[in-house]
Amino acid sequence: MADDAKPRVKVPKSAAAGEIVTIKALISHKMESGQRKDAEGKLIPRSIINRFTCDLNGANVIDIAIDPAVSTNPYFEFDALVDAAGEFKFTWYDDDGSVYEDAKTIEVA
Amino acid sequence: MKLSRREALWVALGGVASAALANPAFAATVEELTAAFTAGAAPAMDGITLTAPEIAENGNTVPVTVEAPGAVAIFLMATGNPEPAVATFTFGPAAGKQMAATRIRLSKTQDVVALAKMADGSIKQASATVKVTIGGCGG
Repeated sequence: MADDAKPRVKVPKSAAAGEIVTIKALISHKMESGQRKDAEGKLIPRSIINRFTCDLNGANVIDIAIDPAVSTNPYFEFDALVDAAGEFKFTWYDDDGSVYEDAKTIEVA
Repeated sequence: MKLSRREALWVALGGVASAALANPAFAATVEELTAAFTAGAAPAMDGITLTAPEIAENGNTVPVTVEAPGAVAIFLMATGNPEPAVATFTFGPAAGKQMAATRIRLSKTQDVVALAKMADGSIKQASATVKVTIGGCGG
């Protein structure tokens, strides 16, 4: 699974100082819930992204603890307060120990 | 509130349904999860908005939005799922608004409940009933 988890994040290119911007973050992941059964009736073991965090210049924006009820290709939309230009850092934590990262810069106009 | 006989019957049925939810086979029940998050504080029913569709044709991906101004954390629960916990959103100092939107799985028609923890430790609660035509937990 670790190979095809592809993060996609949408962040505005620039913002005014003190502006609230909306961020959309999605990662492709099957989010196997641990409830489904395969053709032989055996439970397919759980394999999900269990945590997602977003930081702006080291300050936390949101930290999400995720349970199996979040859909395939987990998608989150939230707001961040931009005080200064800098970098958004996005981190996804997989059940299998993998960590996926993405970063986006934002300018203050 | 005065209940007609018909309404009283539905209330009684609701009681049976919530008793059935407390099935010990579940990993953690709605009550346990609520108690763990609220630390026993009684929730107020205002100051939090939960937006969910009335009818979801596909339970595999139901869009929900929660917003609770001033909240430290928001806990989202799907009371009818085999595992009711959905997600916990914790807001940091760089959060613009205490708002989050995501897509969730619902196994059947049920109530989605959002609990928000305020900075002073008080709890706000909102819920929404979502009718699900095709369940989203496989099996």
